[in-house]
Amino acid sequence: MKPSANVEGEQTAVHFDAVTKRFDDVVALNAVTLGVGRSEFVTLLGPSGCGKTTLLKLAAGFLGPDGGSISIEGKRMNDIPTYQRGIGMMFQNYALFPHMSVAENVAYGLKTRRVPRVERDKRVADALALVKLKGMENRKPRQLSGGQQQRVALARALVINPTVLLLDEPFSALDKSLRTSMQVELREIQRKLGLTTIFVTHDQGEALSMSDRVAVMSEGRIRQLGRPVDVYRSPADPFVASFVGDNNRLRGQLVSMQAKQAIVALGDALVKVSGESLSGLEKSAAVDLFVRPEQFSVVAPEEPCAIKGSVVAQIYQGGHVDLQIECAGERLLVRSPGEQAVLRWPMGAPVGIGIQADRCSAFPAA
Amino acid sequence: MIPRSTYQRVLRLVGLLTVLVIIAFLVLPAAVVTIAAFNDKPILSFPPQTWSWRWFGRALAYEDFRQGFFNGLIVTAWSSTIALCVGGMFAFVIDRYKFPLKSAIEGILISPLVIPHFTVGLGFLILAAQVGLSRGFAVVVICHVILVLPFVLRSVYVSLRNLDQSYEYAAASLGAGPLRVLTTVTLPLLLPGLVSGWLFAAILSFNEFTASLFVTSQRTQTLPVAMYNYVREFADPSMAALSVMYIVGTAALIAFANAFLGLGKVLNIEQSH
Ligand SMILES: Nc1ncnc2c1ncn2[C@@H]1O[C@H](COP(=O)(O)OP(=O)(O)OP(=O)(O)O)[C@@H](O)[C@H]1O
Ligand SMILES: [Mg+2]
Repeated sequence: MKPSANVEGEQTAVHFDAVTKRFDDVVALNAVTLGVGRSEFVTLLGPSGCGKTTLLKLAAGFLGPDGGSISIEGKRMNDIPTYQRGIGMMFQNYALFPHMSVAENVAYGLKTRRVPRVERDKRVADALALVKLKGMENRKPRQLSGGQQQRVALARALVINPTVLLLDEPFSALDKSLRTSMQVELREIQRKLGLTTIFVTHDQGEALSMSDRVAVMSEGRIRQLGRPVDVYRSPADPFVASFVGDNNRLRGQLVSMQAKQAIVALGDALVKVSGESLSGLEKSAAVDLFVRPEQFSVVAPEEPCAIKGSVVAQIYQGGHVDLQIECAGERLLVRSPGEQAVLRWPMGAPVGIGIQADRCSAFPAA
Repeated sequence: MIPRSTYQRVLRLVGLLTVLVIIAFLVLPAAVVTIAAFNDKPILSFPPQTWSWRWFGRALAYEDFRQGFFNGLIVTAWSSTIALCVGGMFAFVIDRYKFPLKSAIEGILISPLVIPHFTVGLGFLILAAQVGLSRGFAVVVICHVILVLPFVLRSVYVSLRNLDQSYEYAAASLGAGPLRVLTTVTLPLLLPGLVSGWLFAAILSFNEFTASLFVTSQRTQTLPVAMYNYVREFADPSMAALSVMYIVGTAALIAFANAFLGLGKVLNIEQSH
């Protein structure tokens, strides 16, 4: 287990304590508290404008907080300028110095630290080897491909042995296959160096696949902080449920409620969900049930099922088939493993949908 | 109905003719002057009957022109350099800091200024007399600084606006203090804007006539003033010869700038990154 948010003292490398940031009348961050453990990889995930970049800039010291405090390795950072924080930062547009060669870019942070020539050359060479860019030392950034520029930016941030690595959507400009390989590579390097990392993305797939923990943000707040599997399986609120991963929202009715478990009726089916998020609701109150596409199963319409509908779209994805099924005016996304669904449930076919009854989450109806 | 292709051909022909006429108009004065410069007779007539190079010799040898040229270089070098430093710092402050009346000042400086040159010249004449300042180079230089400052400021300001701040952030994150960021990242990236601002100021200053007429003396007169004084007394083609040399000199300068810095960069056409 990785250190969690409430671990205090030595384990916490970066700590945001009730950090607030305003731009004129926009509240970009609203009392955000977040602890990042040493060597931990934490991702800030959220829609555009939710304050991810702002939080990262506060950690870097490009901005100062209006309230709260930020500490790195137990030291309060509020009044420490960026250049004394010892952070490594990677920017969305890479921000490689266009007037310097690859080697000069990587050496920049060592020169400011007055690392002697011989050691500097060695560390630059090591860093470039780490990101597999040997032999490119003398090129200018504009003579490199996007992926190569990315690696230079990473080498430049890593070579100074930063206390924390901050990355702001570093892969958003890369095509999908390159992005995937860079994700794997970054994670390997991060593990190898044991580097505390805060990673910003609005791509939930990227967040789930890379992180030790994910902080899901919206409107300047952290809505949920947890391991990817927790965030995916038990979202803390309707926002997280619909933002992280594909999800279907269905209106159901509360049937019964016991301490930890609630039963929700959906058509003919009864669905077991965790009762915590529904506490205080009356019996037969309306609830919003969130069902992942893979928790549905498609059956023949005459079999017992939760919902009836008809197939309106088939999206063949190779390993699985996504079906869009229209039920009472709403479209549901249903994921069917393998390829049989393509032939078995053709367009327009009437179908029944069953629910795998214990993995859904429910919240009081909005 | 005219077939489309004929219609297009006519349109293209008209367009081509228009462009040619415009170019002819632009080139006409320079062409006339160039031809007149080779007139053997001591009059500015057109077209010349007999031909000669001799007015070039006379223009080069004429003491007031030589003096004016070197005075001009001195004034231009000082004024555009001072304007670059002052304007650059000012542009920096406007771009980076918040202060009261910022947007008003920004608006005034970025809009084309309309203080007539003779007003500036006259103002300086009065001031210099009031303070008892002799009409030396200092007055001319200060006057020119004021005239070219808005242009330099605008040029630097635009470059600063276009400069992506993430470069400076990146440098700071790598441990560079403010001064180091300025000298190793900001200034090198602004260089094209600074050079173009300086060059623009230099061309303006070297050509400036109206205000210079007020603030120069016999000793400090710049080339345009010397030329004006010459035309008042003589009407021979040495003026035309001087113009030709001027055109060739400017072309050489631009070719030089192009070869060593890239014209696109100097004129700030291309983005620096
Ligand atoms: N310099 C600024 N001046 C004014 N408002 C700002 C500034 N920077 C950010 N904001 C506002 O603060 C909020 C959060 O912005 P931020 O850049 O942190 O979002 P983000 O989560 O990084 O979004 P994106 O995914 O689009 O990058 C937004 O509403 C934004 O408009
Ligand atoms: Mg952002």
